[in-house]
Amino acid sequence: MLSGKHGNAVKSSMNILVSLGEIFGAKRLIDVSSVQIAGVSYHNLGDAGLGYLSDLAKDGKVRVLTTLNPAGMDMENWKNLGISPEFADKQIKVIDAFKRMGVITTCTCTPYFVGNIPHFGEHISWSESSAVCYANSVLGLKTNREGGPSALASALTGKTAEFGLHLDENRQAQVVVNVKAKMQTVPDFGALGYSIGKKIGNKIPLIRGVEKASVEQLKSFCASIATYGGTALFYMEGITPGTTKTPEESIEIVQGNIDGAKKDLNDAADDEIDLVAIGCPHLSLKEVAEVAKMLDGKKVKKEMWICVARPIKKIADQMGYSQTIEKSGAKFACDTCMAVAPLKGRFKGLATDSAKGCFYGRGKNAFKTKFATIEELIREATK
Amino acid sequence: MILKGRRVMGGKAKGEALVSADGISFYGGVEPETGNVVEKGHPLEGKSVTGKILVFPTGKGSTVGSYTLYQMKKLGTAPAAIINGEIETIVAVGAIIAEIPCVDKIDIARIKTGDKLSMDADAGTVEVK
Repeated sequence: MLSGKHGNAVKSSMNILVSLGEIFGAKRLIDVSSVQIAGVSYHNLGDAGLGYLSDLAKDGKVRVLTTLNPAGMDMENWKNLGISPEFADKQIKVIDAFKRMGVITTCTCTPYFVGNIPHFGEHISWSESSAVCYANSVLGLKTNREGGPSALASALTGKTAEFGLHLDENRQAQVVVNVKAKMQTVPDFGALGYSIGKKIGNKIPLIRGVEKASVEQLKSFCASIATYGGTALFYMEGITPGTTKTPEESIEIVQGNIDGAKKDLNDAADDEIDLVAIGCPHLSLKEVAEVAKMLDGKKVKKEMWICVARPIKKIADQMGYSQTIEKSGAKFACDTCMAVAPLKGRFKGLATDSAKGCFYGRGKNAFKTKFATIEELIREATK
Repeated sequence: MILKGRRVMGGKAKGEALVSADGISFYGGVEPETGNVVEKGHPLEGKSVTGKILVFPTGKGSTVGSYTLYQMKKLGTAPAAIINGEIETIVAVGAIIAEIPCVDKIDIARIKTGDKLSMDADAGTVEVK
């Protein structure tokens, strides 16, 4: 593959993987069964990224199932969401380059909801930080947090270098986190991720004291702990499948930490909110069904975005959820989300149930934020 | 004086050193069209990295920075070579895909801006003249 016999895209991809392997002390390359690529929004890639992808697409073809992270816009409904034709033109070129390489152009941070879901213990190359955390922790897969080019290199070769979280000795918990707080809602779990992440950074935690957690709560927790701590792997006793040695160091999270996190993430008054956005990470089918039920017969008085993967939207169409949601005035934002779309200057305040959404709303877009449950957000938006 | 480090991306380069005590984020921190450092408050703010042997401790910031290095190479604004104290994945991948000679594990405190350098990245060596 390194000789160029399989083409330029394979040669340069192999060069990336072998070099990273040498730098980080990998003994060998291993097969991966799934890839998820970040660096899809033209807003982040620019002409540099577009040029790189177009060059690789000349002779590159993926060798394993590969999906994409969210793009900078809804690939079908971008006009309705206020995206300029110039931006749309470039974003479409980015997606076309991926398509030529055989990448499944479903753009989502929840690949595990749309059929990119390997089995326990498999080695994969994923990029999106929340999905990497979910894969390593909830699904028991093995991946480092890849950048865009290295994930694409894995897709075009079917390989990755064996270092970091591919090795069991690097997957042992480093700190016990005893949770002594009530965990009930999605924002509770977002606040838990925020609190733990801020305290332990990117150490691997063994979390105790959480009695149960839904898929949606774990999804939100992963996004939050990866954003605020850089965590790519955690263990939650009784809930996640992996096993680990018990570390000596331990910390506590009490109700005051959870309440404090929520207070930190709420700095907007209700009249400062002009965008309500949910689906960071993208909503599950169950969440879409619940949102449809809550919006049934109501009208939203603010701009409201429902961020989902397109295949989930298609099922929602089939079930009539989409029609109910759109009748209320809320808009679907498929393939994208409020964290990657170019929104700076368009809104002042973001209300969301996502702790990660608050981080990007504040940092990238200078929004004030409100952090609450979907139920509370919809009650407020339809009042 | 010859400094010995480790090859990240092979190749040879000669040129003038531009040394930064702080890390560099190529995405957002360097303008690809001009090669100028634009990060506010950065020690190299306003300086051009183009054609220089750029010396800094390590990369930082978004992984999109790898693509920025690639774009700079295409536009002719890239540094001639990169020397890091300790490489991380963003600059490593950027140097590899842009084919910019790069070495790390170099004691960068021994290099000053304006020094004439001769680098053999394949051997992992940097000669300071």
